[in-house]
Amino acid sequence: MPDLIEPLVELIRRTSTDLPPDVEQALTAACEREAAGSAARGALEAILQNVELSRRNSTPICQDTGTPIFYVRHPAGWSTRRLREQIRAAVAEATQRSYLRPNAVDALTEKNSGNNLGEAFPTIHFEEIEGDELIVDLMLKGGGCENVGAQYALPNSTLGAGRDLGGVRKVALDAVHKAQGQGCAPGILGVAIGGDRGAAYYASKETLFRKLEDTHPDPQLAALETRLTEEANQLGIGPMGFGGQTTVLGVKMASMHRLPASFFVTVSYMCWAHRRRRMVVRDDAVIYD
Amino acid sequence: MRNLSLPLSDEAIRELQVGDPVALSGVMVTGRDAVHKWMVETFIKKTRPPQGDDLAVYEAIKPLLAGGAIYHCGPVVAGLDAKQYRFVAAGPTTSSREEPYQGDVMRHFTIKAVIGKGGMGPKTLAACQTVPGAYLHAIGGAASLIARTVEKVLGVHKLGFGVPEAMWVIEVRNFPAVVTMDAHGHSLHVEVETHSKAELDRLLIV
Repeated sequence: MPDLIEPLVELIRRTSTDLPPDVEQALTAACEREAAGSAARGALEAILQNVELSRRNSTPICQDTGTPIFYVRHPAGWSTRRLREQIRAAVAEATQRSYLRPNAVDALTEKNSGNNLGEAFPTIHFEEIEGDELIVDLMLKGGGCENVGAQYALPNSTLGAGRDLGGVRKVALDAVHKAQGQGCAPGILGVAIGGDRGAAYYASKETLFRKLEDTHPDPQLAALETRLTEEANQLGIGPMGFGGQTTVLGVKMASMHRLPASFFVTVSYMCWAHRRRRMVVRDDAVIYD
Repeated sequence: MRNLSLPLSDEAIRELQVGDPVALSGVMVTGRDAVHKWMVETFIKKTRPPQGDDLAVYEAIKPLLAGGAIYHCGPVVAGLDAKQYRFVAAGPTTSSREEPYQGDVMRHFTIKAVIGKGGMGPKTLAACQTVPGAYLHAIGGAASLIARTVEKVLGVHKLGFGVPEAMWVIEVRNFPAVVTMDAHGHSLHVEVETHSKAELDRLLIV
């Protein structure tokens, strides 16, 4: 197995200091939709300037560099123990270089470990795949948006939400309303239908790796993603919760099997600073998306 | 754009209206979850006796906060090892977590500007009317842009709380924000919440 610490530090640097092109384009389009001189327009202009500045100076887009969440897909025969060691070493090094803020706080002693390493911190998911490529997807998810994530058990009588896609739509809109500007709108929703509580949160975050412009292969979910995006924007919460045209940039959904008794709808809210990147290791070459 | 110099006078605060863009210059102090809890427990409700450097820190921050600004921010700071501190990224954190404490903290220290993101609730709005004070909304996530307005890090207190939770004393020039809660009882957040709730109710019956 090659030494991947430096390439992983570079993955973290790229993720923290630049936005994926699809997200930046969506923000530019959102900016143009807001009225000139409005607080919403001003917020988006500042956001776009900030992205440009961060990219140029290699500084974090947002000071909350969040929980580093790694999804690692590896060929047969790779040691996940060694991969984990290398990822942890890279995270500590990236913290030292100020690409990440020290964010790992002991829940009992309240002590910050200072290097982003702790119990189950960073988050790393492994999966063995066919072929001989190693694929590492990284997402940095800040606390503001993580705090406004929500899980609903259907039926929900308060919202009049039944156990069907109509009910899914209602609770997803409720989650956007409850979030207001707190999750750093305009956000991106990852919505998982079904699963158990834990698996569903995992899946809701994994959907956030999809590009904003892609279409869900299931026509029912594709239609619901479009409808939810339009309706969430009708709420008028707007960038930063200042009021305005764009409250979400997109909605990404996943459906899973569920228990007969359980019907969870799980919403992960991602802030506008949707920092996600991929690194692929093929033979000896390291490729970033 | 309205230019504001710290510390702020009552008149300057009362002139501010919801929606006004402002640019702040002068000295401000960062403080978030751990700091607010510490302030309230140690000096306001006094449920915990002062210990270690608590009293010295209190005396050091009191003059900075009188008429001054507290910024809900957990920055990325370079130069930690050499103590040559420099802000690399410094956007606002979500303010609503300080809602249980903020009003009391504002009154105790006569803080006139609370800077953060996402807005705050009725207790803080009431304090804005009495102190008087205002809530200034910075752009969440615009961390590199805001860090550029931090000209100097003058010092740090309670670094033991961790880098994000410490009290950083900073000198800023033209720090950008928008007034979203003013001293006259107006809150943009209440307005947007009310409007979006009506829209949500309309969508829920479809």
